[in-house]
This record gives sequence, structure tokens and C-alpha cells, in this order.
Amino acid sequence: MEFFQRFAIPHPSPAIYASMVAIALVSIAIVVGLTYFKKWGYLWREWLTTVDHKKIGIMYLLSAILMLFRGGADAIMMRAQLATPEAKLLDAQHYNEIFTTHGVVMIIFMAMPFIFAFMNLLVPLQIGARDVAFPRLNALSFWLFFFGAMLFNISFVVGGSPDAGWTSYFPLAGNDFSTSVGTNYYMIAIQISGIGSLMTGINMITTILKMRAPGMTLMKMPMFTWSAFIANVIIVFAFPVLTVALLMGTTDRLFGTNFFTTGNGGMDMLWANFFWVWGHPEVYILILPAFGLYSEIISTFSGRNLYGYKSMVASMVLISLLSFLVWTHHFFTMGQGALTNSIFSVTTMAIAVPTGVKIFNWLFTMWKGKIRFTVPMLYSIGFIPLFTIGGVTGVMLAMSAADYQYHNTMFLVAHFHNAIIPGVVFAMLAGLTYYWPKFFGFMLNEKIGKSTFWLLSIGFVLAFFPMYITGLDGQARRIYTYSESTGFGPLNMVSFVGAALMAIGFITIVWNIYYSFKNSPRNIGSDPWDARSLEWATHTPVPVYNFARMPQISSSETFWDSKKKGHQLFKGEYEEIHMPNNSGVPFVMSAIFFVAGFSFVFALWVPAVIALIGIFICMGLRSFEQDHGYHIHVKEIEETEEFLGGAK
Amino acid sequence: MKRKWSLLASLTALVVFLTGCEPLLVLDPKGPQAARQASDIMLSIGVMAVIVIVVMVILAYVLWKYRASKLPEDYEPPHIEGNIWVEAICVGIPVLIVAFLSFVSVKSNYIVEATPEAYEDQEPLVIYASSSDWKWHFSYPEQGIETVNYLYIPSDRPLEFKLYSFGSITSFWIPQLGGQKYAMADMVTTLHLAADAPGEFIGRNANFSGKGFAENTFNVTAMTQEDFDEWVEEVHETAEPLTEDEFEELLDPGHLGQMTFTGTHLEFSPAPEHNHSSQNETKEDLSGHEQHETHEETNHNNH
Repeated sequence: MEFFQRFAIPHPSPAIYASMVAIALVSIAIVVGLTYFKKWGYLWREWLTTVDHKKIGIMYLLSAILMLFRGGADAIMMRAQLATPEAKLLDAQHYNEIFTTHGVVMIIFMAMPFIFAFMNLLVPLQIGARDVAFPRLNALSFWLFFFGAMLFNISFVVGGSPDAGWTSYFPLAGNDFSTSVGTNYYMIAIQISGIGSLMTGINMITTILKMRAPGMTLMKMPMFTWSAFIANVIIVFAFPVLTVALLMGTTDRLFGTNFFTTGNGGMDMLWANFFWVWGHPEVYILILPAFGLYSEIISTFSGRNLYGYKSMVASMVLISLLSFLVWTHHFFTMGQGALTNSIFSVTTMAIAVPTGVKIFNWLFTMWKGKIRFTVPMLYSIGFIPLFTIGGVTGVMLAMSAADYQYHNTMFLVAHFHNAIIPGVVFAMLAGLTYYWPKFFGFMLNEKIGKSTFWLLSIGFVLAFFPMYITGLDGQARRIYTYSESTGFGPLNMVSFVGAALMAIGFITIVWNIYYSFKNSPRNIGSDPWDARSLEWATHTPVPVYNFARMPQISSSETFWDSKKKGHQLFKGEYEEIHMPNNSGVPFVMSAIFFVAGFSFVFALWVPAVIALIGIFICMGLRSFEQDHGYHIHVKEIEETEEFLGGAK
Repeated sequence: MKRKWSLLASLTALVVFLTGCEPLLVLDPKGPQAARQASDIMLSIGVMAVIVIVVMVILAYVLWKYRASKLPEDYEPPHIEGNIWVEAICVGIPVLIVAFLSFVSVKSNYIVEATPEAYEDQEPLVIYASSSDWKWHFSYPEQGIETVNYLYIPSDRPLEFKLYSFGSITSFWIPQLGGQKYAMADMVTTLHLAADAPGEFIGRNANFSGKGFAENTFNVTAMTQEDFDEWVEEVHETAEPLTEDEFEELLDPGHLGQMTFTGTHLEFSPAPEHNHSSQNETKEDLSGHEQHETHEETNHNNH
């Protein structure tokens, strides 16, 4: 019995027991459903073993939406607790766990898979490739992310959630102050999915550099591919820092090392530095692909080419360099002195310049255009003023002397949500609506989509703008309650109302998907938005080989050229297409990673060692495997092309 | 778009209504450092508001002028690559704004990191503020007294807070006197503050430090030098001395009310002032380190 005690939650509450029951019921329902409808084989063949970048993209997308609701549930609980002074909805411990998991889930398990979803779905199509450079590695990346996310998500029903904040500063996150296994989950689950992210970075860079269609020079790549390329370069440079920091944190907690402890020569400030050397570039890993999506969408719905293509690329390169030179601005108040703060203050503000260039380029793209107010365009239009506010408050925070007053307050919370929600989340929803027909064969309902946009925008303004004010009034972040005499009450109530509107907005997205699935027409053709770049040149739904013949590239808007300027996109005869085989190894190996991770969390060494051996066996199997993929014959291609609407 | 504007307008009205009664703490400074920070904040809000308005005006104009429903059916948007002059302006103006704000920012850094300008001629009062889960201990080495969770300070005199922690990282913050700074276990940080006039302020730990974080606050009372001296005398007459055992008990995690002692814990539990990694350093290293630190401090005061 004593053995099982370690799995108990240290701070149980009715909500957690209810979640346990819900998780159990849903799991049983899934198993029973799959068995009843005889879908196990389908699931295994078509999804669990797939190496197709489109299917992997769709799985990333579904995971991201799922995690959006998990993180959103945390958010609404926090706002409800703070809506009134001295509320008793959550106690301090529960609140601490919730804001910790909210941050981790939203950044690592919602925003990251969302951008990976679009990278997977779009990059090969935009550069005219059949798949990514290493398809099986890509599957491994996804499954590592997925099992990392699952490991993190079971923490609140098995053993307890992490409670030291998403930044997990030591010594608070060390054994002395965080006694439950929560922070072990943090260290190990993020590690597992982080390995996946690093692999994606390598994979995408190789894909973009080596697999572009004939004629596509770097400066003829669509803007989203450029943004994905730069984001992945940042991943490859930033993620190893996180990997090492998490490893050091893990050994501190599990093996008694003293990297970040306060005694024995350890240094807690080192963790903060490592964390933000990864953490600040991470922000740009998220925002650059979002910028890429906005560029595609604004250009399409303005009916115009993207203004200042070269300066767009140059500004992204500059942002990626600067992103590694600003980490100290996350702790101006650590006492490093006026000189250091001055340097980081200036580098941080400098980022405003390339970002400003991008904002103006989008405005000039709309100028002299023919603007259609579709749902993706509404998100992009809403993004510009809202993100500008988020950006300029960032410049305010960059003034280090003034930051002594903003730091650790709701002002900061308002700022980064103001950058991430209109910046990243709106972009993801815009991209979701824009690319939905390409991958699912029907449009999402415009009317429901527009109400979603307004609910989210108004909800966002109501939820986060009051925080700027309460922050300047001295409301620290991460407090679970406050007294009435502080006067924070009314504005926090406004925030709660805004959060509730946003919650309704997110639910309407699910409703929209369901409604459109039932009611939307299926005969939408391959180019429903009158778009411009290469991904729209293939059929809807996209055949497994993407393009029957290699496209010939004329510019960054090859597809537009083929529609308007008579550019011949596809030349020559069909040829046999070489494709990679499916493999179950990535799934199995990641599942073993999950077992290993779980064993490490609870310091169960025997299963941990067995699982580690299993991981190496999987790697060994791959090394000795002879798998040359398969060929799609010309006849089969002809049949598919015929079926999908004739060769173009 | 209209809906958004009316929303913004009503929101602004709401904000004015909700906050009109009392000024926001950070923007209601009672000391020179907080005043400098508040003026930086107001300046940057002003500059940033101009940028936001310019972007919004351009956006509204473009959307209104080039919306598809207003343009003729056969209008074909032109292909425009970009214009070197337009883009130079888009880079140039932000560069100027950033350069200006950088100048202000750097200047302010040196101001808030030094003895407040108006009080440079006075000897600062040194107070050690150390945090433990979830309280603040204030030691006055000159006066030989120590308080828990409340702080008495003389007004019109520079204050030098020496900050450190007995556990996780905390952040010492009295919004109306000046911005915050971290208190950490392996290093002492210095925060320069001053109060312009007698008054009562709230202070808190602003950095998340676990379960008792929300209530980790303290009260600050600024009084004239005479009143302060009187208080010190009174404490020496009435308060009990702080013993090592009693201090150990105070460090246990939990909340305490306000307490007063004579003597300070610094005598038996000195602040981690010169030991970044005390275990590995020899005595010689330490003294070298110390010299270095003093040297730095003299430099600092020259600014």
C-alpha cells in the first residue's frame, strides 16, 4: 500500500476527483468506441504509424486545440478566483498549480504544436516538396511532443501538478521548497517534448534548404516558409539550452546535485539566465510563423503582392539575431547594475524597429488593395492595432528603470498576453480558418466565424486591458487573492467577464467545426479564397504525393502568376513517385519515453532503466532496418488525378 | 470597426470612472526614485500612444478606402514591390523614437541605481531587509534593532536597503517609494530609496515564492528624523533582545504579525554579502573580493 501512496495527490479537491472520473470515462469511451466501430486497424494504419506531413500536421492541430481547452479551463478558474476580493473558490496551493500548468500548457503544449501544425501542413506544399526531409523523424517529433504533453497532463491526477510557476525559478522549484513530484513532471515532460521540437527544427531547416521545387530560390519562397525557416533556426540554437537546463534541474531534484541550490556552490540565478536564454527566443519561435501566416492572409485578401518582401525577410533575420541578446530584460531587478541593464534595455527596444517595419509593410500591402473582410482577414485586421499595443507596452517594459515598477505585476501579465493572444492565437485561428478547406475539403461557416472573432476580440480587450491599470496600482501577479481595501476588485471583475466571453468564443470554434462539417458544401474546388502561393496549386483534398508533377517556380506567388500571367506551373509527363513507408517505431518509441518519463518522475529506477533500454533498442532497430520506401506508379497517379478533378 | 471604437471609448470611460477616485499607486510617487520612474512611465505612455494612434489611423483609412465593396468590380490591385524611401522612413522614425527612449532609459538606470539625487549630501540609513517564508525581517545595524513585517523610516533621508533571502527568490517592493529588486539567498542586492515626506505606504514581496506569497506584505511608515530617533529609543527601552534560537523559530515557514526586537540577527547570522560561492573560496579570495566590491561602490557613488 505504501508503494501506491506516492501516486496520491497532495492537495485533493472535488474538482480534481471529478476530473479523474471524467478522464477515466473518456478513456473507456474511446476504447469502447474504437472497438465497437472496429477502428483500431484504421487508427493504427492511417494515423499512429503515418509519416505523411499532412496527417502529422492535422494531429498537431487537434492536440493544440485540445490543449487550448485544457489551458483555457485553468485560465477561467484563475479569473473566477480573482473576480472578487478574498474569494474562496481556490486555495493558494491549487491556484499556484493552476497558473503554473496554464503557462506551461499554453506555451509548450498549445502554441508550439499549433505552429508545428502549420509548418507541417504548409512548408512542403509551399516549396513544392512531397514530404519533409526526414518523414519518420517527423513522426517521432510529433509523438514525443504528444507523450510529453500527456505526461504533463496526468500530473494533476497522479502525484500532483507543478506549482513553482511556468518559469519554475529555483530555489523555489528545488526539493527544499517544492516537495511534491510536480516539478519532476515539469522537468521531464518538457524535456521529452523539447527533444521533439529540436528534431523538428533540424527537419524543417533541411527540408527548406534541400527540397525546394525547381526555380525556387530562397528569395522566391512564400513568406510563411521564410518565417518557418527562421523560427526553426532559432529552435536549433535555443532548445539545447533548455535541454541542458532541464537536465541540470532534474539531477538537482532526483540525484542531489547542486547546480541551482543555494548552498554548496549552487546558484539559483543561473537557472533564471538559462531559462530566459531559451525563453526569450521561444517567444519569437511562436510569433515569427504567426507573422508568416498574417503575411499570406493579408496578401490574399488584399488581392495584392506582399509589400516589401525583402525588408520582411531582413526584419525577421534581424529579430532572430536580437532575440538572443535580450534575455536579461526578464530580470532587470536581479541587481546586475546600471550598465548591464542599460545594454539589455537598448537591445530590447531595438527589436521594436524590425517589428515596426513589418507592421507598416502589412499596412502598405492593404494600401491600393481590394480588401475582402473574410474571417481570416478579420483576425489579421484585429491583430494590427491590438498587437501594436502589445508591442509598445513591450517597449515601455524595456525601459529598465521603469521596469522596476512593472516587473512581477499585472502590467507585465497584460503585456505578454497582449502580444501572444493577438499575435499568436489570432494568427493560429486565422490560419485554421484559412487553411481548413485545403485539408478538410469544406469551408468553416463565415457567420459563426465572425461572431467568434468579435467574442474573442471584445473578450480579450475586457480581460487584459484592465490588468495594465491594476498593475500600475500595485497588483502583483500570481497572488491568489487580495483584500477589498486594495481596490482591485471591480477591474478584476471586468477581466473575469472578458475571460468568460473568450471562453464562449473558443466554444463557438468547436461549434463552427461541427456545424460546417454537417452543413458546408463539399464542391469548393482547390482555390476557394482566390489565393496566391503554391500550396493552393494542388488539389483539395491534397493527394498523398502533394504534386503529381514538380511545379516550376516563377516568383514567391507562382500560383498567382499561373492564374493571371499565363505562367505554366506544371510541365512534362507524370513520373513514378518515390514515397516513404509508414512506421510504428516512432509511436512505440515515444510511448516507451512516456514510461521512462513517468518512472523518473516517481524515481522508480527499475522500470526507468528497462524503458531506457527499450528506447535504445528502438534506435538500434532503425539503424539496421532496410526500408527504401515505395513507388507510386504512373497509372495510379493518373487515376488519382482523374478522380480529383483532372490534371492541371 | 465602429463597434470596436465604441467599445474602446466605453472602456476608457469605465477606466476613468473606476480609477478616478484615487491615483494609481505607481503613478502617485512619494519619493524621488518613484518620481523618476513615474515620469518615465508617463513619458513612454505618451510617445507610445502617438504610435498606436498613427497605426490605427492609417489602418482605418486603408480599410475604408480600399474595401472591396466600394471598389469597382474590375479593379485590379497593382503589383508594388516596395519603395526604398518609404521603407527608409519606416525604419528611420522608429529608430529615432527608440534612440530617444534609450537615452532616457540609460539615464534613469544610473539615477535609480544611486543615492537619490536630492539627498546626495546626507549619509544614507542602511537597512537590511531579508525575507523568509513568508515574512520580512528588517535589521537596522546602526540603531541595533530589528522588526518583522513593518518598516519605520525617516523621511528626507536617503535609504539604502540591503536585500537578501533565507529561501526562494523574493522581490522587495514599496510602489510609492520606488521600484522593486530581488532578494536572493546567495547574494546581497542594494536598493536606493527615499521618502520625501512622512506618510504610510504598503510594501510587499512581488516575486512568487510559494503558498504564502499573497499575504507576504509589510507596512511602511515614514516619519521625521526626530520621530524616528524617538521610536528607536523607545524600542531600546521596551523591546526584548533577539536571540539566535528565537530567530530560528521566526524563520519557520508561516505568517507572523508585526514584531520588534533589540539587536539584529546579523550578529549571529550575517548576510551573504561577499560569497557567491562561499564554499570554494579561501580567506584571501574573500578579502580580494571585498576590496573589489568596495572599489565598485566608490565608483558607483561617483556617478
